[in-house]
Amino acid sequence: MNLLASIRIALRALRVNKLRSSLTMLGIIIGVGAVITMIAVGAGAQARVEEQIRSLGSNLIIILSGSVSSSGARLGFGSQRTITEDDAYAINREVPAVQAAAPALRGAGQVSGGNNNWSTAFWGVSPEYLEAREWNIAAGKPFGQADVQGSAKVAVIGETVSKNLFGDADPIGQVIRVNKVPLTVIGVLERKGQSFGGRDQDDVILMPISTARNRIMGAAQSKRRTVNNISVKVREDASMAEAEEDIRALLRQRHRLQAGQNDDFFLRNLSEVLGAREESSRIMTLLLAAVASVSLLVGGIGIMNIMLVSVTERTREIGLRMAVGARARDILTQFLVEAITLALIGGLLGVALGVAGSYAIGQFAGWRIALRPESIALAVGFAGVIGIFFGFYPARKASRLLPIEALRYE
Amino acid sequence: MEPPLIITRRLTKNYHLEGYPVHALRGVSVEIGAGEFVAVMGPSGSGKSTFMNLLGCLDRPSGGEYLLAGERASDLSGDALAAIRNRRVGFVFQNFNLLPRTSALENVELPLLYCGVPAAERHQRARAKLEEVGLGDRMHHQPSQLSGGQQQRVAIARALVNDPVLILADEPTGALDTHTSCEVMALLQQLNRGGMTVVLVTHEQEIASFAHRVISFRDGRVVEDHRIDQPNDAAAMAAQRQQELEA
Ligand SMILES: Nc1ncnc2c1ncn2[C@@H]1O[C@H](COP(=O)(O)OP(=O)(O)O)[C@@H](O)[C@H]1O
Ligand SMILES: [Mg+2]
Repeated sequence: MNLLASIRIALRALRVNKLRSSLTMLGIIIGVGAVITMIAVGAGAQARVEEQIRSLGSNLIIILSGSVSSSGARLGFGSQRTITEDDAYAINREVPAVQAAAPALRGAGQVSGGNNNWSTAFWGVSPEYLEAREWNIAAGKPFGQADVQGSAKVAVIGETVSKNLFGDADPIGQVIRVNKVPLTVIGVLERKGQSFGGRDQDDVILMPISTARNRIMGAAQSKRRTVNNISVKVREDASMAEAEEDIRALLRQRHRLQAGQNDDFFLRNLSEVLGAREESSRIMTLLLAAVASVSLLVGGIGIMNIMLVSVTERTREIGLRMAVGARARDILTQFLVEAITLALIGGLLGVALGVAGSYAIGQFAGWRIALRPESIALAVGFAGVIGIFFGFYPARKASRLLPIEALRYE
Repeated sequence: MEPPLIITRRLTKNYHLEGYPVHALRGVSVEIGAGEFVAVMGPSGSGKSTFMNLLGCLDRPSGGEYLLAGERASDLSGDALAAIRNRRVGFVFQNFNLLPRTSALENVELPLLYCGVPAAERHQRARAKLEEVGLGDRMHHQPSQLSGGQQQRVAIARALVNDPVLILADEPTGALDTHTSCEVMALLQQLNRGGMTVVLVTHEQEIASFAHRVISFRDGRVVEDHRIDQPNDAAAMAAQRQQELEA
């Protein structure tokens, strides 16, 4: 008997017991659906973290004022700004592993432009800032060293600011007023999306640091040279640890710290922090998939259960088939095909459920999901394997019956 | 002369029931020639069914030997026995043993399914056999939609569909009323007249009287083996009964 005939016999047998077949399949449907959904949710979270890491730029160290205790807790946060613009320039000059170091001075206030108002943060930065943060200009151009020297009244704005002030109109060449000071927009930043904390990174205005200090923040600021942070991009081929060591030594020297005195600044390696988050989200994905796989396994045991019941219930049928010439392997094939068919149909329906479930979660919970073809193939393949694995025992049991014993079975 | 179709020599069969041996057959030696119509009789538990199951290769003997058409069936592998059941023997059971929720046509096709006959030929051959047993108009009925006699005729069509050399029927009329029994016996007689070898188990004298030869069993042994020179004609008796019923 050929395989096609076996499949036809199996399908017939499944059709004869529609309700039972569907209930058996339900286990597989839910299992496969759960695996696909969970992997989609986990992979979505992972993709988000990866994107954030990319948006942050690689090999990035942020230098902040304050200090860290030996336990890693941050002390004196915001109480006293100790790092300066000149620290940044010194790092640029003197640490060979550094590709770009850029000071950033933060201000906040009311911005107007077009006919709209918008309240946002603005940053005074040096031209190296974009390089350090791996941030590109989407339209227009960035400001340069000359703009910093002349405290030029220019700005580069993020997409959110552009949208809120000018809508869909081209903002390049337009004038915005930041705390009443008019600045000409010369460039628009490439979109970055949300930061890990959920902050909109495109809601930003960048301007020359001198412009921010001298023209916008006023007299109190202009005398001091302190900044909020310094972004440092380490060269691809350099070691992060060595770069950190050199920067620390340089800053201690510049800040005239004695041996035994605590740092009055600290370095944060953000890629490392996010790398750890990425790792944990990967583990999360695996965990979710593992939990969902358990339900798939339970579905498989359901198949085995039903197939065993089916073999017992159909013992006389098996006997009759043998009496008219079915060989042991014909019976084995028939029951195996039945089990695999149950598993595969259940698997395909489970894919539909999983895809629908993933989109539903993405839609209603607002989570990022990532449906992966591999995970679908994996789940269906797994379902097939479960069909074979859990179908084999009952099928073999059926095929080993003696014709006369099967026929006489009550 | 042609050698007998069936030869058994000191055939024995023991069962084990809760550790105790049950001697169902205690050495049966018979020869049945091609074209014979044999009735196997005997009290309940005398080993008739056990004997038939061995003839039909549904079971293996504990001892002795069995030759079917010169082939030593007692030594064959499981697959070879399956092939014999498929091509050489047609079995008819007391309780019909049709697949439920499956049409008469598909039931009759079943043996052909296991020897790789293509679908079109399967349908055509199954259809022809159903017509032969007088059920040409019931092909697509399921067993539950057929009377007992009709179900047994479907079972006979199934036994015939692969052109066997031997029909084995274990109390084929046991579940049927007298009139329907007569009709089924008429069908078997008709097949036998066409040259088919038929071995039939019954405990009814009247049914046995349709055969040419009666072999009697008792306690797992053959106790009598005689010929009937003038078997009754089942078709005639069925017709006569029909007339009586209508009168
Ligand atoms: N599977 C079995 N296990 C144990 N004993 C059996 C089995 N089948 C038949 N027997 C015994 O073998 C003997 C012959 O049985 P059987 O051939 O069915 O008799 P008959 O068909 O003549 O009524 C009986 O005593 C019966 O109880
Ligand atoms: Mg019996």
